[in-house]
Amino acid sequence: MPYLELHDLRKQFGSFTALGGVSLSLEEGEFLSLLGPSGCGKTTALRIIAGFLQPDSGRVVIGGEDMTSHAPNRRDIGMVFQAYSLFPNMTAAQNVAFGLKVRKWPGAKRDARVSELLEIVGLSHAVDRYPHQLSGGMQQRVALARALAIEPRVLLLDEPLSALDALVRVQLREEIRRVQTQLGITTVYVTHDQEEALSVSDRVAVVYSGGIEQLGTPAEIYGAPSTRFVAEFIGTMNRLESRVADSEAGAVDINGTIVPVDAVRGRPAGQDVLVLLRPEAIALETLNGKPPAPGGIVGEVTAQSFLGAVTRLKIAAENGSELIANVPSTGATAYSVSQRVVVRFPADSARVLDV
Amino acid sequence: MPISGIVVLTIGALYFLVPVASTVKFSLEQGHAGFGFQAYRQILDDPQFRHTLWFSVQLALETTVVTMALMVPTVYWVHLRLPKIRPVVEAITILPFVVPPIVLVVGLFDFFKSFSPDWLLQDFVFSSKFLVAAYVVLSLPFVYRALDAGIRAVDIQTLTEAAESLGASRTRTLFRVILPNLREAVLAACLLTFVIVLGEFTIASIALYQTFPVYITTIGSAQAYPAAALTVISVGLTFVAAAVFLVLGRMGLRKRRQPVLGAAMTGMAGAASTNPGGA
Repeated sequence: MPYLELHDLRKQFGSFTALGGVSLSLEEGEFLSLLGPSGCGKTTALRIIAGFLQPDSGRVVIGGEDMTSHAPNRRDIGMVFQAYSLFPNMTAAQNVAFGLKVRKWPGAKRDARVSELLEIVGLSHAVDRYPHQLSGGMQQRVALARALAIEPRVLLLDEPLSALDALVRVQLREEIRRVQTQLGITTVYVTHDQEEALSVSDRVAVVYSGGIEQLGTPAEIYGAPSTRFVAEFIGTMNRLESRVADSEAGAVDINGTIVPVDAVRGRPAGQDVLVLLRPEAIALETLNGKPPAPGGIVGEVTAQSFLGAVTRLKIAAENGSELIANVPSTGATAYSVSQRVVVRFPADSARVLDV
Repeated sequence: MPISGIVVLTIGALYFLVPVASTVKFSLEQGHAGFGFQAYRQILDDPQFRHTLWFSVQLALETTVVTMALMVPTVYWVHLRLPKIRPVVEAITILPFVVPPIVLVVGLFDFFKSFSPDWLLQDFVFSSKFLVAAYVVLSLPFVYRALDAGIRAVDIQTLTEAAESLGASRTRTLFRVILPNLREAVLAACLLTFVIVLGEFTIASIALYQTFPVYITTIGSAQAYPAAALTVISVGLTFVAAAVFLVLGRMGLRKRRQPVLGAAMTGMAGAASTNPGGA
């Protein structure tokens, strides 16, 4: 039975549709990310769950109870904000204790809970520090401890890492996931950072212009984008305009080059399709004068950028396509700029979308 | 500090200090009998001095309490829920600058008299509470601006939502989360209100109340040396009041990032000098 349910949430700001009918359900203890570009409606959805916004229509149900018209302070929801949400006049411990004081927990029990939470987020040494004496990452840890202290039914995180340094971001997102798993709390995480969403979530909902484009596990979202937007938004993707050439064996015609693609099997020959290909799926061969074997796209390396373990190559194909390929950096010297290459990829590695 | 800075500072200091120094000197003169504290003794022995001062302090305290109770929630709410009408509120709070005090006091009288039942006339319109009402209006521009400056320095939206998500009621959020973070701004607003009321002459005089400024004027028109002594005492009292508020503000600073009081006070200084009701 789902624990947190959103039923057909709609929200209009003037003529702008922030949410055009969003439905979702989360199992208890699930970690779901709402991933999308700014202005896509993900934050609106989160604020409706928290109760800071009222939907025009639709319902928010938590544990079987309709919460849509409950005030935010009656929802038992823990929330971590983008930044600077700690009360500046209170120490870390007082911040964490705030929600417990509201709930009238007795002093000793409260103190124990505060120490427990600050220990979980690794800040036992900073209990008496004020927010301005804490780094950005530490502040967000306190904010997390504060949100969790009240034993909320649902934890909401609104881009909690966006104001932090890259290194801290990675550390803290792992930390958030660890704490979430440890406490088994149902969590909705809003972010525009796909790496963040894919690395910590059980499931990811890609949100675009007020609706959910695709909902699935990180592997599904990355490996099998179901819409053009998701394909473009998640990771780097080669998009090749092509036409179905052989609907039985599975092959497409990319500007005159016939390339095997399993995914077009069963589509009518001559249909225009978009072939999606991850840069890491591409295998390159250098071409030194000899004619290429069929089934490869011939082109020339136009740019090289070193990304660490892999090197990213830009390839201009003779048939007019532009391709991006990742090759292991250890072998990248073979593919210097203006080197002629043949691009090949496994027939089962490409995805196909209707144009 | 560069030479030009020292020069400017010196000129500024002289501009403020010379009048005070000459007043102090004048207040210590005893005609042909040389220098002494006779004028001060005369003032301090005058029961009117204590009565009017105490009356003014009471008025100042009452006005401060009423103004804060009215304005802190208003400014908070406007910022939180009605940011679009902020320019309107701002314009309204400037009105007391535009309306001359005499118009204000006559207008208020006529307004309240037109609909007040007898008991309200006795207990409010014809009592010193009427002065408080007028002073609340008079201090609006300063109080609004001081609070506005303070509230802008804090992300009240996020703090409010954080408090609410933790289960806090509106009242608890206001008193436990918002107010402590507006401490400097609130103190600045209190100080300004207090000082405005302590120095207000026109309204009190028209409404026939013997406040401290009215007393100063009465003495000033009759007795030269005691008037100077009184002025010195009054300047001293203002300084003490300002110092008390500053110390109160400083006490909270250890915890906070920036001292807002200083900024708010600087912003107010210019405005205060144009106070139409000030004596």
